[in-house]
Order: sequence, then C-alpha cells, then structure tokens
Amino acid sequence: MLLIRCPYCEQERPEVEFSFAHQAHKPRPEAAGEPLDDHNWARWVYYQKNIKGVAHERWNHAAGCRKFFNAARDTVSSEIVATYKSGETPPVPESRIEGEDLSFDYENAEGGA
Amino acid sequence: MVAQPAKKQRFNALALFRNALSYHQNWEQQWRSPEPLEAYDVVIIGGGGHGLATAYYLAKEHGITNIAVLEKGWIGGGNTGRNTTIVRSNYLWDESAAMYEHAMKLWEGLTQELNYNVMFSQRGVLNLAHNLTDVRDTQRRVNANRLNGIDSIYLDAAGVKKVVPGIDLRGGGRYPVMGASYQPRGGTARHDAVAWENAGKCDEMGVHIIQNCKVTGFDIEGGVVKGVQTTKGRIGAKKVGMVPAGHSSVLASMAGFRLPVESHPLQALVSEPIKPTIDTVVMSNAVHAYISQSDKGELVIGAGVDQYISYGQRGSQHLAEETLVAICELFPQYKRMKMLRQWGGIVDVCPDASPILTSTPVDGMYLNCGWGTGGFKATPGSGHAFAAHIAKGEPTELTAPFALSRFETGFLIDEHGAAAVAH
Repeated sequence: MLLIRCPYCEQERPEVEFSFAHQAHKPRPEAAGEPLDDHNWARWVYYQKNIKGVAHERWNHAAGCRKFFNAARDTVSSEIVATYKSGETPPVPESRIEGEDLSFDYENAEGGA
Repeated sequence: MVAQPAKKQRFNALALFRNALSYHQNWEQQWRSPEPLEAYDVVIIGGGGHGLATAYYLAKEHGITNIAVLEKGWIGGGNTGRNTTIVRSNYLWDESAAMYEHAMKLWEGLTQELNYNVMFSQRGVLNLAHNLTDVRDTQRRVNANRLNGIDSIYLDAAGVKKVVPGIDLRGGGRYPVMGASYQPRGGTARHDAVAWENAGKCDEMGVHIIQNCKVTGFDIEGGVVKGVQTTKGRIGAKKVGMVPAGHSSVLASMAGFRLPVESHPLQALVSEPIKPTIDTVVMSNAVHAYISQSDKGELVIGAGVDQYISYGQRGSQHLAEETLVAICELFPQYKRMKMLRQWGGIVDVCPDASPILTSTPVDGMYLNCGWGTGGFKATPGSGHAFAAHIAKGEPTELTAPFALSRFETGFLIDEHGAAAVAH
C-alpha cells in the first residue's frame, strides 16, 4: 500500500483513503484552442498518456479532506516523487520516450480502421 | 533468405519412456533461438500467447512463414505465465461473444490440433450474483449468451450449491450468494503449454522466435512502417503486428500515436496444495475474487487490479487481503490454509473493458492490445482473428468492432459486467 502525503492535510496517509483520478494537467480541447469535435472529445475523454516512469496524476483524498490534488509518481517503482496542490506547477517533469511526439495530444492522428 | 523449418520431436508415451531411460536429459529444445535476419515479411512484437498464436495462424492459414516473433524476455514469462488460466465465453455483447466464442471453439480442438496436451479442462465456470442488481445483470447476460448460441445457464442459490457443494451460500453475511451464471463449457487450460507448443509449432513452420530482444523504436517513412529497431539491431519488416500486453502505450508512443489504455497491476496467488475440493471455477465479480483448483492441488486465486497506473509487476498487499477475506467468507473451510506464492502482471485496460484489434495511423502496422484482465481465454481466437486482419491488411468481421475508431464513434463494447474484475 502506498503512503501518500496529502498537500492539503499536510499528512502522510495510507492509499486506501485516496482515489486515483487519472492523468493530471489534461486541458479540454477548447482550452488548447482546438475545436470540440468527436476526434478531440475522444482524445480528451478516453486517451491517456499512460507513462512508464514519472507521471503527473490526479488523486482525490476521498476519505479525508475530499480535495483533488496532483502527484508526480514513478509508475515503475511506485515512488511518489512529490505531491502538490491543484493549479500549482509540477515540481518535476514527466518521463518521456525518446522520439515521442510531444505535440501529439492534439495532433490529428486518425484512429485507424 | 527464408527461415528453414525444423524437424520436430514427438510427444507420446514411447518418447516419454525412451527419454526416461536417459533421465530426461536428452529432450530436444521445443524451439530454436536464431539470430534475427535482416528483414521479414511480418514482425510480431510480443511472444506471449496472443503473439505466438498470431504467428501460428499466419503461417498455417495464410501461408506467411517469413515471420519473426520478438520477445523482450522469454517465452511464457509474461502474462501468459501469470494468469489464472480461466477460459469462458459468456460475454454480454454480440461483438465480444463472437470473439470469445470463436476462441472457445478453437480451445476445444487445440490439444488435437497442436498434438500437445494443453490440459483444457471444461470444468464449468460460475459467476456469482450477490445482490438483486447482480441477479438482474446476470440473468440479462445469460439471456444474451443464449441468443448468441453460448451455453449459459442461470442458477439460483440452490443450483449453485448443487454445482459447488463447498460454498457457504450465506457468504458470512457479507457476500450472500443469490445466484450465478454457469457456463459448463468454460474451464481452465495449461497456460505454459499453450505458449510452449505455439512456439514449437511456429518454429516447425519456419517462424523465428527471437527472445531477449526488446524493441527500442520504429523506422517509419512517409507514414509507412519499414522496420523495427531492437536491442539486437535493426530488423526490416513489411508488416508489423504489435501484441504487447502491458506495454502497448510505450510501443505506440515510439510509433508516434497514443492509446486509450491504462496499465494496471493485476495479481494472483496460489495456496499450498491440498486434495481435490473444488472441481469447477467460481468467480465473484463484485468482490474481485475467483478461485479454482489446479491439478497439483493448489487453489488458484485471482485478485483485483490496483487503482493506479503501474508498470511494476506486483500488486498491493491490501488487494490480496480483500480477496482472501471474500474467499474465506464464501469457503470457510479454506480459512486455515496458507498461501504459497503471489505475483502480479501488467494488464492494459481499455475504458470499455474490451480489447483493441486494429489497423493504426501507421501503414503496415497493426495492433492487438487492451485485453485487460481477461486476455488468456481469448488466446487462440485473438491470434486467429488478428492473423487474418494482418494477412488481409484490413479489418475482418471479427476484428472490425474492436477498432480504435470506436472511441470516436461512441460504439463502445462495454464489458465491465462480464469482465469479472471491477476496474
């Protein structure tokens, strides 16, 4: 079980108090200046970076203060590098795969047949 | 140059006797480990059950034998060797029912076809219902199954007790058993054997099985795949089939696109071996617990997935604990048993709990992933359908509904109810 420090409660609490709330810092298509069409909507709702390495994630302190916050966590070792409040700048960058297209989130890549 | 087929040893009573005389020291390797050639017609990434089955059916049914199967570890070391070996096809929607029933029919002939005992044991599978909502959902699924020609039966509590005498229908008060879906043709199979013999048969037909070969990148020119970069150098490919359970997002990122999957650890555990106590498979979707007994006598128990994304092949202790609590409530006689081993594997879960079998934004590159918590049961069907998709270069009747485009059209195949592990 992970021990997670809630940045609002300023306490390290067991994982069972928290809910994983998926990828952090995911702008809605309009916020990124993209049209809200089926393609971009699907990307916002369903697609995930699913990073291997340090990833920025949202967590909810569901059985505590009930606030959402963000964590930078290594998805291989499960080490929590940092937790920080919503709206704050991530203290560490995410892991990247060499050659990965960073602009891809809103690039027009067809979903295939 | 095309890979040369190998002459194959046979497995039968005489061979067993002959090899016993030399203390079983002289069995041949079931597949060779060749160095990769410069290029292949098809490169399959991932030497798990699905990848090997894909190569097997490409060679056998589509006449393509110039194939390499790249495995980053060793054959049978990934999820193929980590699952709880359950096979069933009682899925709700027509699309999944077609896919899993296709697999079930192949399972039924697999031992004969491969001439290798995959120990397919149709001991029946029960999915328990613990409350009224479960009962209604289960009855709906059973009815849908029957319309699709799948042998599915709804059992009330007394019916469950008859099939599984050892179960405590009160479930300790916390998990009362009100009914179950029952598929008599469901059961278990020997997972290692499926991988080993698919590898052996592929090798026999001239497919190269290349182990310890990790893909590090792709050569893509003008949107067309030309080859893969690996830890054993560049390998050219006319077509690439990716079957990367657990790492599909990583591979897709290398190829420049992204997927709607999340990778989670799923864990299982086995007990000390005991005499036969349970001759069927009991699954409880609501409490993340499923149990069967192996031929060695161990209770094979599957637990739930961790809530967070992880690529570390281990699950959290508290999930195993929750599962064992439920197992002990349903089967109080197992309370004093000890667990011998616990392990985890990484499963790629789609938002609708259905897999992705698709062409990709890159020409010549095909993807088979996202089987989530229940890929093993589909092994031969997935390989068979994906091989046809790769050979034709376009979706087949079976694979078309599982295309990536379903996340845009909204034609999702929601199988959270039948997937048996809540996620």
